[in-house]
Amino acid sequence: MIEAAAPTYFRLYVWERPVRAFHWVNATAVLALAITGFVIGNPFRMAYAAEAYQQNWFGTVRFVHFAAGWIFLVAFVARIYWGFVGDQYARWRHYIPHTRWQWREIVEVLRIDIFQTKVSGEFSSGHNALAGLTYSVSFLVYAFQIATGFALYASMSDAWVPSLFVWVVPLFGGDAGVRFWHHAAMWFFILFTMIHVYLVFYHDYVEGRGTTSSMVGGWKFARVDTLTAPDQSDEACEPDEPAESG
Amino acid sequence: MAKPDASIWRLMESKGYSRREFVHFCRFAAITAGVGVAGLPRVVEAFQSRPRPPVVWLHFQECTCCSESFIRSSHPVVADVLFDYLSLDYTETLQAAAGHQAEAALHDTMRNHPGEYILLVEGSVPLGNDGVYCTIGGRTAQDILAEAAEDAAAVIAWGSCASNGCVQNASPNPTGATPIHKLIGRPVINVPGCPPIADVMTAVVTHLLVMGSMPELDNRGRPREFYGKRVHDTCYRRPFYDAGLFVESWDDEGAREGYCLYKMGCRGPVTYNACSVTRWNEGTSYPIQSGHGCIGCSEDDFWDNGPFYRHLPDVPGFGIESTADKVGAAAAVAAGAGLALHAIVTNVRKQSEIHKRIAGSVQETEIGEGGDD
Ligand code: HEM
Ligand code: HEM
Ligand code: SF4
Ligand code: SF4
Repeated sequence: MIEAAAPTYFRLYVWERPVRAFHWVNATAVLALAITGFVIGNPFRMAYAAEAYQQNWFGTVRFVHFAAGWIFLVAFVARIYWGFVGDQYARWRHYIPHTRWQWREIVEVLRIDIFQTKVSGEFSSGHNALAGLTYSVSFLVYAFQIATGFALYASMSDAWVPSLFVWVVPLFGGDAGVRFWHHAAMWFFILFTMIHVYLVFYHDYVEGRGTTSSMVGGWKFARVDTLTAPDQSDEACEPDEPAESG
Repeated sequence: MAKPDASIWRLMESKGYSRREFVHFCRFAAITAGVGVAGLPRVVEAFQSRPRPPVVWLHFQECTCCSESFIRSSHPVVADVLFDYLSLDYTETLQAAAGHQAEAALHDTMRNHPGEYILLVEGSVPLGNDGVYCTIGGRTAQDILAEAAEDAAAVIAWGSCASNGCVQNASPNPTGATPIHKLIGRPVINVPGCPPIADVMTAVVTHLLVMGSMPELDNRGRPREFYGKRVHDTCYRRPFYDAGLFVESWDDEGAREGYCLYKMGCRGPVTYNACSVTRWNEGTSYPIQSGHGCIGCSEDDFWDNGPFYRHLPDVPGFGIESTADKVGAAAAVAAGAGLALHAIVTNVRKQSEIHKRIAGSVQETEIGEGGDD
């Protein structure tokens, strides 16, 4: 318990530039895709010209959706690549709980998030293990959305990439089934964004070490008095520093 | 009837057609089969040297709309091929024979022309309760199909019933209705639609006759030529779709203006068929031209993808009128409420923790030189 003396903090560089670039490109693409996708599924009434040839807004909405879909795909593939070559915080090991320590952290974070127990355990400086797991699961949904999206897109495009996904269609019985599930999965992205942004703010609030801004500048902060030597090896799934307590 | 293995030209000749009329007919056939006028010599060659192939047309669980469609082909000369010049040896609906005589004709064809006859199947095959839901002459549809498919030169599945099960295979599929490509271990040409377009049917048969081979098929066994594009891709209302001008209700101004039927549940964007190209009834019209959305009649499970007048189907397990958006919005509202509650509880429960932290933080005035960084 340190109350009198102000604690000193280290800066930790947790999100490399490619990770931050991915984050904001991805977030922008997802927002664009969810909004345009929603409109494609529920077009509103809009007539600003008398004749069909004079307006093209629905075509434009669809164009934005497909353009954002390409960006979404490229960013996704780049991020997966970075998961194999990036620093310890970006590595795939961080995202797939495979050590006992990670499972313990998941339980710990659940207690803090749901029962709002005191933050006293040892936290990863990068994603905590539960956050990492959530991102891996959402990456499966990303893959699903890309597969169904490009499978639908294959009938509208002569490009090579969409044609790689035509095998998806028979799995759903036809384009109608693909479209239904593609549409339903949109709600995952909406729920994810709500909860994700809330939890970023919440953890920032209760951990007090700059979680929100970390995705902008790349820095998180760790108290000198509790920081153990940061582990620079690839296997850095162990805690590298206990979180602030009280 | 002329000798069974006479060629089509011999048959026409014996009926008094001129050579000129024969070539004229071949030109129709060439165009219908998709080989174009350039392929004419090939067609002439095929029709004057090859014996006409015998045809067996089986009917199982179906409504005969495929047969009805077929006899309304817009090139009667091509339809004639089947009825006059092919030897249509067995088809329950149109044959003259009945009872034992008919069964005998079927067996003669299969016995005398193994590897030569074309098998056309209309209707699905029920597998439930050992197939009792469809029997002919005391035998189950499954039995008859297996025997007939064994030695056929080619097998065509007419319509959605034979290609994907259609209405009798809709949930809960009480008779175990099964499309035929799932029952026989050989390639089947699927010609889905409820019914398929007459001109597409004749074209597929003509292709078999002229080329002596199967047309190019897609990954679901459908001829690419007719099922490679969506109804939506060549729909004449497409400009309204791109412009975002939609019919909002059946009797609004947009409906009168011929706006796009997307919001009325049109399945054109998810349906592969040639309706908007060939149209129906000698190219007269097609459903969308008559003001009604496409119901996706050539797609698998189209009965289960309803309601027809809504963009997306109901969510299974959530009751009637539960669209994906209603379920999703309910989840989002619940999540939003949960997060708001969580935020409030956080501030209550963590009050002392936060206060301690505020108390322990430094005022700028307290910091000496180099306090930061
Ligand atoms: C975050 C990711 C995405 C979300 C939330 C999303 C959402 C949606 C939604 C809600 C629809 C409307 C479905 C309907 O008609 O009811 C849609 C349609 C579509 N999406 Fe996506 N989508 C995403 C990614 C993609 C990707 C990566 C592609 C690939 C190019 C794609 C291609 C399409 C296509 C082709 C359609 C059909 C458009 C049409 O009917 O013309 N989507 N999307
Ligand atoms: C104002 C909006 C947002 C803010 C402030 C924000 C902030 C953050 C932060 C701070 C992290 C790291 C969290 C940690 O320490 O575990 C993060 C990670 C992540 N966020 Fe967001 N986020 C926002 C919106 C979104 C949106 C809309 C999406 C997409 C649906 C998204 C997807 C992700 C993903 C996939 C990661 C993991 C990144 C990686 O490991 O490469 N974020 N975000
Ligand atoms: S009416 Fe149907 S098929 Fe035609 S453009 Fe509109 S959605 Fe497409
Ligand atoms: S427009 Fe659609 S529902 Fe109508 S016949 Fe063609 S494919 Fe079937």
